[in-house]
Amino acid sequence: MIRYVLRRLLYAVPILIGVNLITFFLFFVVNTPDNMARIHLGVKHVTPAAIAQWKAEHGYDKPLFVNPEQSGLKAVTDTLFMDRSLKLFSFDFGKADDGRDIARDIRTRMWPSLAIALPVFVIGLMVNVTAALLVIFYRGTRLEYVGVTGFIALMSISSLFFIIAGQYVIARLWQWLPISGFGGGIDAIKFILLPVLVSVAAGLGSGARWYRTIFIEEIGKDYVRTARAKGLSELRVLFRHVLKNGMIPILTGAVVVLPLLFTGSLVTESFFGIPGLGSYTIDAIRAQDFAIVQSMVFLGSALYILGLLLTDLSYTLVDPRVKLS
Amino acid sequence: MSLQPVMLWTDALVWLLVLATAGFAWYIARTPVLRESWHNVLARPMGMSSAAVLGVFILVGLADSLHYRERLDNGQFGVEVKSALDAALSPLAARSERTYSAPLATHSQSKENLEQAGGGTVRAAPRLQFGGAHLQDPQRDWRGDVIARAAAGAALGLAVCILFTALLALALARFWRCGFFASLRRLRQPQEKDLAWRSLLVTAFLFLLMAGAMAGLASGYHVLGTDKVGQDVLYQSLKSVRTGLVIGTLTTLVTLPVAIGLGLLAGYFRGWVDDVIQYLYTTLNSIPWVLLVAAAVLIVQVFIEQNERSFSSVAERADARLLALCVIIGLTGWTGLARLLRAETLKLRELDYVTAARAFGVGGPRILLRHILPNVQHLILITVVMDFSGLVLAEAILSYVGVGVDPVMNSWGNMINAARLELAREPVVWWPLLAAFGFMFALVLAANLFADVVQDAFDPRSGVKHPADPRASSQGGKA
Repeated sequence: MIRYVLRRLLYAVPILIGVNLITFFLFFVVNTPDNMARIHLGVKHVTPAAIAQWKAEHGYDKPLFVNPEQSGLKAVTDTLFMDRSLKLFSFDFGKADDGRDIARDIRTRMWPSLAIALPVFVIGLMVNVTAALLVIFYRGTRLEYVGVTGFIALMSISSLFFIIAGQYVIARLWQWLPISGFGGGIDAIKFILLPVLVSVAAGLGSGARWYRTIFIEEIGKDYVRTARAKGLSELRVLFRHVLKNGMIPILTGAVVVLPLLFTGSLVTESFFGIPGLGSYTIDAIRAQDFAIVQSMVFLGSALYILGLLLTDLSYTLVDPRVKLS
Repeated sequence: MSLQPVMLWTDALVWLLVLATAGFAWYIARTPVLRESWHNVLARPMGMSSAAVLGVFILVGLADSLHYRERLDNGQFGVEVKSALDAALSPLAARSERTYSAPLATHSQSKENLEQAGGGTVRAAPRLQFGGAHLQDPQRDWRGDVIARAAAGAALGLAVCILFTALLALALARFWRCGFFASLRRLRQPQEKDLAWRSLLVTAFLFLLMAGAMAGLASGYHVLGTDKVGQDVLYQSLKSVRTGLVIGTLTTLVTLPVAIGLGLLAGYFRGWVDDVIQYLYTTLNSIPWVLLVAAAVLIVQVFIEQNERSFSSVAERADARLLALCVIIGLTGWTGLARLLRAETLKLRELDYVTAARAFGVGGPRILLRHILPNVQHLILITVVMDFSGLVLAEAILSYVGVGVDPVMNSWGNMINAARLELAREPVVWWPLLAAFGFMFALVLAANLFADVVQDAFDPRSGVKHPADPRASSQGGKA
């Protein structure tokens, strides 16, 4: 078990190096630091001296891969690639363009993200599973047709619509909850409620439809027939037996996103003014701050790989027949 | 007035796609199994209706893909690139107001200082330049005029619908080898194995009635109001159809070769080929999608800014960015389908008929083309139609993040982005948002319903695992 986990963690290293190479290539080779300086200083009327100064201030003045001015090992280590990419492996994210420490920003901003993403995940899962089981309970009737078509209609609505409509109706017209913002302590609940509600509604269509196919596969199995033959009511069969077995593929499939809950949701956070990692990233994209974007890419990839590992481990937990090799 | 045709890059690819679809249709017509499956799709009322709605959107998009330049009075060609759709909608495009006005309004949304006839000023909303300008007294005549125009338009739509029904019956009469009236009767009471013609007619009836009424109203009003700079919102929404369709389809054109090639290779050859390809897509998959697209788009943006002069018009620049966006989304979005195809190929390569082919000495490439590819094509088809709607929705999100299509290009995402803050106004400006969301919803719903029917028809087991988010169901390699 431990050896397996260790090997999988080692396997993550080449993937992370690949991720780093891709982002480094995108950010610094295709789009040279000179370009970045020009964007930040304004495209027109830029002197070479101003560019050089900007690069020196923000630490982009080193060569990309090999530094001919240094000798020995330093020729490879005193480069932009070493500075900007390999340092990420020690979770040393460096400084943003405005001089703030990225690692500290990430540490403070992940909690608001989690405060939104975790309830969305848990409540969303419960709502979706319940909706899927209800539609199955009414299978063969008109209600099933209405339900399935309703799921498809729900997933055809842009998530932006849910956010905008939710903010407008609940926060502006009815004034039940604040439109946006965030607060600490018990106060946070009133800010969290609306984004969570909106996100759960936006995910209901596709989620419930997907879980329905899983449960439909499940109710064709022998144990369901046995349970019915024992004379159990259909509701009991569905919510006691099918639910338990159907949750196995659902939970193992959902484990992969667990670590990513820390990084939050880009659009929801920025619409509701949540000071989390999602809005952090979106602000960085808009300000073209590549140091932050690169850090977030690295963090996201690392958490995704962790999620894959957790998925594999969860298979062995729920199904003793699966052996890790 | 003479015209100079202009072929933008995306136009060329769109028409290439039309050709490819025609070729595929010919191939379907010749292959009995595929014909049967498609027959099942169109025999379902839902399949026929959604296909009809998609067809209307596609017609609008294609009309918007025929671009040209007009010769100006001085003999030179104009800088502005127009399309056949622009020509058809030129009354809508030309009638711009000064700023916001509500749907069917006769007065502007905002109040201004107006000079009165007897001197002095009064603060009131001015009359619109075009919306309801023909009315003497808007308060008295407005309701009657709106109803009359809508009714006249709807009547025209009804006439077109009757004509369409007659033409359809005439065409089917030849196909069914029966008289015109017998064909009409059969449209109403379909026989077994007929396509769902009745659903087609009902859809056409509803659509033509609505389109007719809107066209009738558009002759004197702004049916969906005007936006901040006074442009007709209906015109913008129709122009955005092409952007949505292009993103939904051209992206697939980029995705398919990569996904099919790598997926089949990994599944068939296994060994180090499989390892390399798996490494590739795990790496690509582990990068957050929006961030990857954002990074690539930012770079394209810089590139376009630096080569500003090589684009002869704004339309060409916006088109280059649209194409780049499609390529970027395509190159980052092939992993889901590739993984699906790899898993299926792994299964297929062990089946008897493939082993037999190998025993006969058939080479790898030929087995892949002749024996594996035809047996995974239903997976490809289902993925393509299911991804389409997701891509249309993604456009709006990317525009919000700031890495979508060019800001000057008409797109639903840009419309939403420009109008989303206007809900805070007093009185509320809701129509640009509702128009953009409405059009997007109609297209995506039709595509989703069509995809649902296609999936049923091509994969009766419905065992294809295809959640909305490919990452959410990732099985984590080999468990």
